[in-house]
Amino acid sequence: MSARLSPGRTIAAHAILIAWTLVALFPVFVIVINSFKSRKAIFADPLALPLPGNFDWVGYETVLKQGDFFLYFQNSLIVTVASLFFVLLFGAMAAFALSEYRFRGNTLMGLYLALGIMIPIRLGTVAILEMMVASGLVNTLTALILVYTAQGLPLAVFILAEFMKSVSDDLKNAGRIDGLSEYRIFFSLVLPLVRPAMATVAVFTMIPIWNDLWFPLILAPAEETKTVTLGAQVFIGQFVTNWNAVLAALSLAIVPVLVLYLIFSRQLIRGITAGAVK
Amino acid sequence: MGALELKNVTKAFGTTEVIKGVDLTVNDGEFCVFVGPSGCGKSTLLRIIAGLEDATAGDILLDGKRVNDVAPAKRELAMVFQSYALYPHLTVRDNMGLALKQAGQSRATIQAATDKAAAMLSLEPLMDRRPAELSGGQRQRVAIGRAIVRTPKLFLFDEPLSNLDAALRVATRIEIARLHRDLKATMIYVTHDQVEAMTLADRIVVLRAGRVEQVGSPMELYNNPANTFVAGFIGSPQMNFLDAAALGFAPGQVGIRPEHLEISQTAGAIPAEVSHVEKLGGETLVYARSPEHGLLTVRLFGEHHYQVAEPVWLTLQYARAFQFAPDGKRRS
Ligand SMILES: Nc1ncnc2c1ncn2[C@@H]1O[C@H](COP(=O)(O)OP(=O)(O)OP(=O)(O)O)[C@@H](O)[C@H]1O
Ligand SMILES: [Mg+2]
Repeated sequence: MSARLSPGRTIAAHAILIAWTLVALFPVFVIVINSFKSRKAIFADPLALPLPGNFDWVGYETVLKQGDFFLYFQNSLIVTVASLFFVLLFGAMAAFALSEYRFRGNTLMGLYLALGIMIPIRLGTVAILEMMVASGLVNTLTALILVYTAQGLPLAVFILAEFMKSVSDDLKNAGRIDGLSEYRIFFSLVLPLVRPAMATVAVFTMIPIWNDLWFPLILAPAEETKTVTLGAQVFIGQFVTNWNAVLAALSLAIVPVLVLYLIFSRQLIRGITAGAVK
Repeated sequence: MGALELKNVTKAFGTTEVIKGVDLTVNDGEFCVFVGPSGCGKSTLLRIIAGLEDATAGDILLDGKRVNDVAPAKRELAMVFQSYALYPHLTVRDNMGLALKQAGQSRATIQAATDKAAAMLSLEPLMDRRPAELSGGQRQRVAIGRAIVRTPKLFLFDEPLSNLDAALRVATRIEIARLHRDLKATMIYVTHDQVEAMTLADRIVVLRAGRVEQVGSPMELYNNPANTFVAGFIGSPQMNFLDAAALGFAPGQVGIRPEHLEISQTAGAIPAEVSHVEKLGGETLVYARSPEHGLLTVRLFGEHHYQVAEPVWLTLQYARAFQFAPDGKRRS
């Protein structure tokens, strides 16, 4: 920040940010504290902290004993990481082509790719399901990865293309004169410079995939391909809901995304502070 | 080896023609400077020579061979950019050695070449730093070093000094002149700076709106401009243009350089009034407004004292004046 704010404005800004943080974290906080309490304690006083009197592992015990929670986790991770990888790779490559090369229909192609931001992919669920049935991909993780890659690409292309336009032409041209291939220019010159944008895209792409219930339920509901969000549904019954287990499962589900998020946000900060070209 | 020839080169971006038919020969070992107003196509022409941009029409010949379809890396040229364009993730040594590495040279060869270039530019203490840890002047020296390492036939410089401060500019300018003497390579250099153009060039190419206006040695252009554009562009402060008819010549303009205009407080040919005085120490610039000819610049050597609004008389050294026809062309 270049301009210094007056103390009053600094305090106000911090007050607003802290208030917002509290509001945003409150549900997470409630989930986590209640996951450590007995069923009775949850209903008696949802906001009480887990203390020796009401402390109970039962939620976690149920989750860990209940079949294949590790498998669900593994599935979620595979799907999220693989989708993320493809979204970033293909998104960045498409963005590079759109921003770097002049060809007929360049703008039109850019608009077409960006259209997906405005049209929810779920509108095509029936068609997607038919396609997956036809290609025999139902109940495979591949089906989910394909759908999520398609879902994430439009925003990735849109954001990354804008950032890539800002990468110095001179730098790319210097690489060309030095005999670097277009792939080397892309991977070793351009990608590191748009790392902050990649991290942003990664975060925006990752969260909806991890949290999604819709496509796992429709495309891969089999026991061996269940994701965490879908797996947690077994504790929510029509008549009885095992709240301890649901809360414990949700608490556990937060951990991996948190780790991924921390990795990307470090990239964000490093990207911002790294030395620029000039 | 290192001669360049452009044959009727044109370049259009979409429907806008940016280079409108350029014919140019640059001899081996020559230092050729492109000057021209902003947006006239200097950088575009340089990029076409480098192969970073395709010419819409025309031929580019290096050493007599047509290179229109040769990749930039295979043209045996090096380019120094205004923004330095160093690879941010590589050390100075790796920045300089990358082209040789790509060309498949051995480690020892690369080491020797980078060491030699580093010695030429006094970069030895900086070899293991990254570009982010260098000052602007050091970065520019690395960029020049990266060009030298390849021992190219042809060097292309696109306003390499415009991001440097005045003192560093002079130092680097002298450095480049020395490199040209030592390496005996062909160099093409784009600049906005009069002094750089006049001091470095064997030949200056004046461009305007994608066309070559005149080509010649600095003194040829100074003493023998082909038209008002070149006359006004070469030389600083700018040439004065007077109304020829008012001086009793055929209609058109009379050009006279500020150093060839005499000023007197008592008598002369053109009455005028001092409107501004700039004292630069070694020289004094007097701006005087004449009712017939507008604002005229007089360049005097040493310190002189004129007051604003003081009436003065100006006299042309007719032997040094140029006559231009109404279309801007020089009258012979
Ligand atoms: N990629 C491009 N697409 C469209 N027009 C372009 C492109 N690159 C350059 N131009 C246009 O071509 C003209 C010449 O540009 P160029 O960069 O060669 O000017 P220049 O002489 O180097 O100017 P300066 O002295 O400001 O660097 C300008 O009018 C510019 O707008
Ligand atoms: Mg330019």
